[in-house]
Formats: sequence, C-alpha cells, structure tokens
Amino acid sequence: MPNYRIHKTEYIDETKRVSFKYDGKTYFGYEGDTLASALLANGIHLVGRSFKYHRPRGIVSCGAEEPNAICQIGSKKDLTEPNVRATELELYEGLEASSQNCWPNVKFDIGGINNFISPLIPAGFYYKTFMWPKSFWKKVYEPLIRLSAGLGKSPTEPDPDIYDHKYVHYDVLVIGGGVSGIIAAKMAAKNNLKTLLVDDKKILGGTTIYQNNESIKIDDKLSSEWLKNEIQEIKKLSKLTIKTRTSIAAYHGYNFLLAKENLTDHLPEEKKKNKIRQRLWKIRAKKVVIATGSIERPLVFNNNDRPGILLSNSINKYLDYYGVTCGENIILFTNNDSAYETSISLHKKGIKNIIVDLRKSANSELIKQAESLGIKIYFNHVVTNTFGYRKINSLEIMKLSEDGNTTVGNKIRLSCDCLGMSGGWTPMVHMHTQSGGKLDFRDEDQVFLPKENSEDQISVGSCNGDFDLENIIDKTVNKINKFLDIDNQDYQDTNIICSKENDKRNIWLLPNKIPLGKTKCFIDFQNDSTAKDIKLALKEGFRSIEHVKRYTTTGMATDQGKLSNMHALGIIADTAGVKMGTLGTTTFRPPFTPLTFGTLVGRNVGKFFEVVRKTSMHEWHVKNNAEFENVGQWKRPWYYPKNGENMHDAVQRESKAARDSAGILDASTLGKIDIQGSDASEFLNRVYTNAWSKLAIGKCRYGLMLNEDGMVYDDGVTTRISENHYLMTTTTGGAANVLSKLEDYLQTEWPELDVYLTSVTDHYSTASICGPNSKKILNKLFPNLDSSDENFPHMSFKEGKLENINCRIMRISFTGEQSYEINIESKYGHSLWKMCIEAGKEFNLTPYGTETMHLLRAEKGFIIVGQDTDGTMTPSDLQMDWIVSKKKFDFIGKRSLYRSDTVREDRKQLVGLLTDDPKEILEEGAQIVSDVKSKPIDMLGHVTSSYFSPNLNKSIALAVVRSGKTMKGQKLIIPMENKNINVTVSDTIFLDKENKRLNA
Amino acid sequence: MFLINCPFCGERDQSEFSSGGEAHIVRPKQPTELSDDEWAEYLFMRKNIKGIQFERWNHAHGCRKWFNVVRDTSNDKILSVYKMGEKPPVNYK
Repeated sequence: MPNYRIHKTEYIDETKRVSFKYDGKTYFGYEGDTLASALLANGIHLVGRSFKYHRPRGIVSCGAEEPNAICQIGSKKDLTEPNVRATELELYEGLEASSQNCWPNVKFDIGGINNFISPLIPAGFYYKTFMWPKSFWKKVYEPLIRLSAGLGKSPTEPDPDIYDHKYVHYDVLVIGGGVSGIIAAKMAAKNNLKTLLVDDKKILGGTTIYQNNESIKIDDKLSSEWLKNEIQEIKKLSKLTIKTRTSIAAYHGYNFLLAKENLTDHLPEEKKKNKIRQRLWKIRAKKVVIATGSIERPLVFNNNDRPGILLSNSINKYLDYYGVTCGENIILFTNNDSAYETSISLHKKGIKNIIVDLRKSANSELIKQAESLGIKIYFNHVVTNTFGYRKINSLEIMKLSEDGNTTVGNKIRLSCDCLGMSGGWTPMVHMHTQSGGKLDFRDEDQVFLPKENSEDQISVGSCNGDFDLENIIDKTVNKINKFLDIDNQDYQDTNIICSKENDKRNIWLLPNKIPLGKTKCFIDFQNDSTAKDIKLALKEGFRSIEHVKRYTTTGMATDQGKLSNMHALGIIADTAGVKMGTLGTTTFRPPFTPLTFGTLVGRNVGKFFEVVRKTSMHEWHVKNNAEFENVGQWKRPWYYPKNGENMHDAVQRESKAARDSAGILDASTLGKIDIQGSDASEFLNRVYTNAWSKLAIGKCRYGLMLNEDGMVYDDGVTTRISENHYLMTTTTGGAANVLSKLEDYLQTEWPELDVYLTSVTDHYSTASICGPNSKKILNKLFPNLDSSDENFPHMSFKEGKLENINCRIMRISFTGEQSYEINIESKYGHSLWKMCIEAGKEFNLTPYGTETMHLLRAEKGFIIVGQDTDGTMTPSDLQMDWIVSKKKFDFIGKRSLYRSDTVREDRKQLVGLLTDDPKEILEEGAQIVSDVKSKPIDMLGHVTSSYFSPNLNKSIALAVVRSGKTMKGQKLIIPMENKNINVTVSDTIFLDKENKRLNA
Repeated sequence: MFLINCPFCGERDQSEFSSGGEAHIVRPKQPTELSDDEWAEYLFMRKNIKGIQFERWNHAHGCRKWFNVVRDTSNDKILSVYKMGEKPPVNYK
C-alpha cells in the first residue's frame, strides 16, 4: 500500500493508529487526521462521481468549501448520514464511509455514460426536455428523475442521537480562530469584556498555525510559533470562552447567532454512546467580530476537475499540517503569490514541483525565494488541458497572448500526478451579509468586501480583504481598538516581516484554442455546471445573476457555491461586457454549512415535541378505554368504545343514553376566565352582543362574542357569582385567544374600566351530567342542595359542598337536556368524577366524549364556533339575531353588523338539512348545489356538521347556504363522486324546539 | 430576532412577544355615527411604511402587558418603547 505521509507533524499523533473503512476496504490513519487527509495518505484521490456527468472526482480542498469529497457515513438505518465533507470529518476508530452518486462503484460507474452524452444535456436540459408530451410527466419523467435526483441516502429510521440547545449572552463574539480572531478575542477579553471565540476546526490558528516560511516572521519567530504562543496566552484569560469544533450557522438581526458545536462526531462509536452529539448555541452578543478568513479560488480551464487537482493551499495544509503529500510530481498553477508558499514548502520536503503562473512576471520575496531554490516557473502561461481518467497524469500548457485573451505558441506537455491551482482568494463575507451588511467590490483583485455599516459588527483579517500578515495584524488591532472603544497596546511593538504581493492578473475563464462548446471548464464541481452552461444561459437571454444561478444550478449544491459563485459572476460580467461590481451577488443564506434536523430540533422530539394538556380525570378515561381527540393541546375523550364497538356504534349508544337517562362529560377543558372589578358588568356589555347589566347574581347567560368586523369569534356561558364577579367560559380552542383579545381591549381601549381578568381554566375541573335523571344524581351527590326547579332553575348557579369541598354547580346545557355542570378545584377533579359515576350507576350514567357532545348539540341546533362558523359568519348569518341587543349603544363588532356587505340578503346562512333518504349521512364539507346540469355548477354552500341521530332515528345536518334563511322546504342537491344526494332545507333545531326537556 | 425592551420587564427575546400591528389607532367613541367608509378606515386600513413605524407589541409570554414600539422597518432597529397611553416620542414622526 502506498504511503504518502512523508513527515511527522505535531498535529498527527503517530502513536495512535486508527483504522477505518472506505468503500468497504480497511485503511489506516492517525489520530488528528481528517477522513480526507487519511485517504490522501493512502494515495486515494478519487472519492466520488459528479452529480450530472458522473465524472470521477477527487478531494479538492481541506475545509468547509469542499464540493467533491462528500461521503455517506455509517450504514445503519437510523444513523447513516449523507453529504458529510471528508475534509471536515475527523477520523475515528471504526469510521465507515462510502462514496456517493456512483453505481456499482466509484471506479466503475454506469452513470459515467452521461459524460459522453453531455452535449445532449446542456443547462436547462430538464426544463427543455421534459415538457412534452404532457402525459409523460407523471408516469415516465418524474419517476426517472427522482431515481437519479439527490445526493446520498437519508436515514430511514428515527435519529437516536441526543441533541441540545443552549442560550448564551456575551459582550463580544469572535467568529473564527485564525490570527485576526485570536488577536480580537485577546484584546476584548483583556479589557474585561465577556468574550466567546468560536472556530469550526479542532484547534485554533487558521492557516497561520502551519505556516513555516522563513520570509514571514513575527517578532523574529516563524508566524506559526508566534501564534502558538498567543494561543497559550489567550487560554489563560478568565473572561474568554473558547469553543472549537463550533461553526456559526446563521447570523440573524440584533446580533442573534446560531452556532453548531460538534461534540461527538470525532469519537469512536462506543464513546459516542449516551452523549450529546451536537449542541445548538443561541448566542446574543453585544458586538460581533467576524474573522472568518477567505477561501482559495480554483481556476477555470478545460478538464479542471480531474482527481488529483486540488487547491494549492490545501496541498500546503495536507503537507505541513497532516504530513501528507498529495503527489510526488506536482504542478502548481496560479495567478498570485500564495502558490509559491506551497511550492517552497513542497520543495523543502523534497517534493518535485514546478509553477505555471499566468502573470507576465512577478516580483516579491516569495518569488525570489522560489527562484533561488531553482524551482522552475513558467510565467505568462496557462494550463489548457489535463489528462488522466481516474487521476491526472499530465497536462498541457500554452503561452498567453499579450492581452490574455488567447493562447499563442506551441503546446507544452508536462507530466504530473497532482495539480495545485490558485485563482486568488475570496473573502468569506457570508456572516457579514447575513447580518444585513452590504458589499463593495475591489477591482484590483476582484473581491467583494464588507462595507462597514454597523456599530455592532465588524470584519477583520482576510474576510475583510486583508491578505498579508502585516496588513492583517495592524488593521485588526486598530479596528478592534476603535470598535470596542478600548486602548489595547499589546501589539504596539510587534514586528512583522512578510512578503508583499506586487503583481496581479485575473482571468475568470482561461483562454483555449479548443472551442468552448467542446471543453469541460467546470465552475461548480458539485452540480457539474461549466463555463459553457453560463454562456448558454446568457445567450438564451438570462441576465440577472439570480436567474443564471437557478437555470444552470451553479452554486446550488450542498456547498452553496463557496468555490463557484465568483467565477460564475466573473464570466457573466466578461460576457455581458459589464463591470463585475455592478452585477451584485447571489444571496448568502444560512446555514453556512448544512445542519442536521436533530440540531435544530434539540430536545423537542417524541413526547417533548409538543405540550400535552390532560384534565384531572384523564386517568379514568384511559382506564375506561376512551379514544382521545386532540383539541388544541388538550387530550379530550372522543368516545368510549365498549365490547369492540366502532366509533359509530359507541356514539349512537352514548347519545341515546344521555337522552334516555343520563350522560356525563368531562368539560374541564372549556376555557374559564375569572372576571372581577366594579366595571365587570359594563365590560361584558361591551364584549358580548347581548345585555349583561340586568343579569341577577346567581344566574347564567349565554353570550356571543364578535370580532370588530362583526364576525362570530367565540361563545360561551358566563355566570354572575356576585355583584362584581363573573366566571366566563369560552370554547376549548379559543380560550387563550379570547383572554388576549379581552386584555387588549382592557389595556389599550378601555383602561378606565376597573376590571381584572384571570385565566382559571386549569384551576377547576368540570363534570357535566345531563339527561332526564341528572337531577336524581345531583341529589345523591348534594343531598343538602334544594334542586327544585323553583330554587335552581335552568341558567342559574348554586354553591354546594361535596364532602366539605366547595363546588360551583351551573344548571346550563349544551345538549338540550336538563344538565348540571359541577366545578371543583382541579386536584379533586378525579374524585368528583368517580363519585358522579358511582352515584349514577343505578341510572345507567354513561360517560360520553366530544363526538356524542357534537351530535347532541346538533340535534338541538346549537352551533360550534369554528365548525359551523369560519370567521365569515355574523350572528344574523347564524339565524341568531335574537342574541344581538338593539338597545345597547355599542359592543365589539356592532357597527360592522350594518355595513353594506354584512346586511346583504344573499350571504351564506346557517340552515338545517334533512336527507330524503333518512339513512344517508352527508359528508361534512360536501358542496351544496341546486342544479347539477348548469356549467359551471353554481356552488351554494357546504355542509358544516352531519350526524345520524339515534334519538330522531334519521340523518341530520347543519350547513351554510347562500340565502339559506329564505329556503326552508326547498330541495337541494349534494353532488358526490358517485351519486347525487337529495336534501331538503329545514330548521336548524331538530329536537325539542319548545325546550321541554331543559326544564323537565 | 429582535431584542425588545419591554417597559415593564426589560430586554427580552422576540419569541416572548406578539405583534399587534399599527399603534395609535383609536377605536371610535361613537361607531354608530360613522359612515361605512369611515368605519372601514378604522377597521381595515393600516400603514405599511418603509421607515419609521409605530407599532403595538404584547409581552405575551411575560407580563402580558401591551406597549408601543417605534421601529425603523428598513433596518428593523427598535428606536424607542413606551407604555400604552403615553405620547409617542417627539423626535420620530
């Protein structure tokens, strides 16, 4: 097995050998490696196939920008993870990784045929091809596209890992632990500011930490040595928290940032167990220092995507940080000085290399150093083609013309096993723009730079476009002093010597003798878009960068165009003949690198997904086989099936029992608002449509609450407990909103009213007993209570004692039966319920759920707000004009009741429907028409509630129908999929219109 | 995510608050005397300014108090907060 690890470094622990599997084969690396560095040490460059053309692809970079080396990690159904960047994944014992997007394997991939038919699949291929015939889309095209779409495989079972969230506040957050970030953090923390420094890598130090060129020195030391000392210093600062393996995912307004901390991804399987995998930090910082550095640019030339072609600085990092060489015969192709550092480093380790520099000449310390070492440099040359299928084995270079627009002279063929490219550096302005910052364009080296516009946020170091060390340190120190309003002198006498780059030449799309149509000059490696695609998009009329991006999919892969966006912009600018700075950029959206769902969700999974509210009787319902319905967050018994009953049978039995003898409902979930104060009556007058001043103490009244627009908002019964004390009930789902609305009016419109509102929904449990025998059960429970109709009539309230515990008993009814609602402090709710059941045994007291409740009230024509209304119904629409006071001067919504629209006669109005066939049950939501032959069919309304009534032995329904009030007796049709159902419009009250049962 | 300085509780995360739309729209004292158009003006019409806007906010998951906020919608900066019933700061208009 080849070994490309050629020297020892302090970051690789050669005493700790780590075995891992890649594509099923076992390899070895060392602690400190990433998966990418370990693969390269084993001579493996080829790690995947490209998305569209299935071209062999190799590792390109050493960080978050990696487009090619994305792997599937693990094979377990619940723990496998796709699209993990091998360049970021730290190696651990037992790691299993495999390449993606290839079948049967990465070396021989059937999809590779796409490479040969590539002229047939240009940009926009899908949009153009799969348009016709239309019928093919669903059955042929979509299934085929789905088969080849997407990268990697998702886990198919729930994620067993633990994730966590943490909220923190800091004076200063520093993003990025390179040289400028370290300086900023030190300055802040030494000035007693609570500071957090985050870096996505395992250790601090950025690119400077492995810098070893003699021409770059700080205080007479190698810059890396100097920086290590600084890191030791900052670790001692008590005001500074350092979080490594932590990357900022999003930068929101008001300096609110999300960071992902990786806690176990670098640990072997057995050490991961029972530990938090990732923690999402929710950070509020008074000030944010962005020191995220810059990313090296690739160069765009024919076949620039072969395995073995990397970014030049990545070759340097693999060498000096990981001790791994990416080849033995390396060519570096550059337009700037930074590749010379790589070259000199390689040379010092004995790796043969030459430089192809597209600049006409260059003059700096680094270049002199390279020349003096005898490194061969081809100035004014470009790479025009590369060769080698699974790995690069040679390339061709040619001389550039004077203007750089074309190549001249003869091709020179050079053999190599690795090519490093450097097209300059792109400042990582993601954080700056996410925070709302704007960008400036610097023509000289064609970079977008943060435009300073905020006192809460600043960019320093190379993300601010400062590339040489002297510039970086001087400017960082000055800017941080100003930004934090401090006067730190630590770096006053720091002496920095570094090579200065004097010559620049940038060509976005390098010239070639071969026509562009026959080249493969890749811009976006992951999504396989080429210079040709960009030009095609322009030719077809696309101009906006946002459109070109979407049409060609450039920058839309999991790497979000970190390597490709600048080139796409540059080529568009060149082709369209406009200045690059005027084009703008695409939007930098969070997250910076992909996040797992688990990290975002944190602990809120499974039973912690949502709050569940249970009444104090809940256990009884569970024991007695109740099926539950979710009403808001409440669990309410839906029905209680007995002996294998289905829902229909259970509901029919419960409904019948409630009317024949007695039924009991857990009504604890109804919203309850305690209203007190000397203006309580006046307040109720203003919020309900009916009058309240004359309600006697000890009496109850039903009220309808409107929105200011006149539409029904909520309803419920309110009881006058004493002169200035009422208890309001609301619908279960509306409780919180009603309270908010009432508070809003009290605080903002009527602050002069002396009224206090308190939510007491959870404080009381309610058992509602109804039916002809309900009074007998009440008498058993409260033997001392005079329950005669004279003393305790319908719509009144009494206090009672159940074994010395105070109860409030309201004689109110939602079923049309004589009915008592017993309220007790919640802690006694379960006992109350059991006592009711016991007392009711001889009367076949039957527990019933929400479904039976709905049926019983529908028999009686009582509405359910939210089922029979939908926010567009006025009281008049509900045929409830009787509840709207004509005398009251004002109430919420009153004025709206006679707007031109609300007084229309042809509004949708609530009616009853009876099916011609009494056994036929309508579907709720079904449309109602009068004529099925007209086209288009005129829709008159829809069914809102529908049941089979066991007490009437026929099907009943409520519906809203246009002009329904005037249609009683009229025949209408409900067209269903297979038949038309004939119905007759009826009254909304189906049972006991005279209220005999209520007062019986 | 805003940091809102509740006049009763101090600075809190936006997630504790709910927004109540434009501030200083007073409910007419005698709605019955208004024409449909005048009532509609109160009921439906709201400004949607790019720039300085006066808003109502409620500390829904805190003290439950309503208060007013002056916010620049072009950069989301909250310039001032003041209690219900108080006059808006004069330096913004």
